[in-house]
Amino acid sequence: MIEFIKGALILSGALFMLLAALGILRLPDLLTRMHATTKAAALGVILIMLSVALHFAEVAVVARAFAIIVFVVMTAPVAAHVIGRAGYFVGSKLWSGTVKDELRPNYDPLTHELKSGLETEANAKRRPRETDPP
Amino acid sequence: MESVILISQVLMGLALVLAFVRVVRGPSLPDRVVALELFASIVVGLVGLYAIATGVSSFLDAAIVIALMGFLAAIGFARFLERGGPRDD
Repeated sequence: MIEFIKGALILSGALFMLLAALGILRLPDLLTRMHATTKAAALGVILIMLSVALHFAEVAVVARAFAIIVFVVMTAPVAAHVIGRAGYFVGSKLWSGTVKDELRPNYDPLTHELKSGLETEANAKRRPRETDPP
Repeated sequence: MESVILISQVLMGLALVLAFVRVVRGPSLPDRVVALELFASIVVGLVGLYAIATGVSSFLDAAIVIALMGFLAAIGFARFLERGGPRDD
């Protein structure tokens, strides 16, 4: 039974990784590629580490396998966020079939400021900062 | 069990090849960074699989280090992109 579960976990993990690679090869722009890779690859690593924990079944190895799982779960969203943000800022092209880009009307690429749509004359004015050159 | 491991290694090797195609072709630097991060994830999975195949649990330490390296590389590349370093892609 354990053997069967291990085999199923390994195979599904490998299939998810293959799916992530197919996604990064076939999808049209940066954000859709990231949508394919970050989730599928993290799930593949999680499944394979679960099968490692089942295979060894010792406290030290299970702890290490779970450490890898926790690490991947914590870092994959952060890395995806940071790369997606940088990719948007350097102006990577969106797919031609993109329906909506909500940042474009509200975001100023020069000052990195984001409008909320609730500005009035009073609070939209830029306050001078101490670091401004005179 | 051996055949399952062999099949999975073949699948993940194929995934490595596909990700590498994106690293070579990728039109811009962020695409390549995403592909390299996927590369690191797949290698972590391969190392875990190798630990199962050989029965040596010490390989998991290498997997932890590779995962850490992939994350730090992604953060570093993203900071480089946002600061606007010299690029040639």
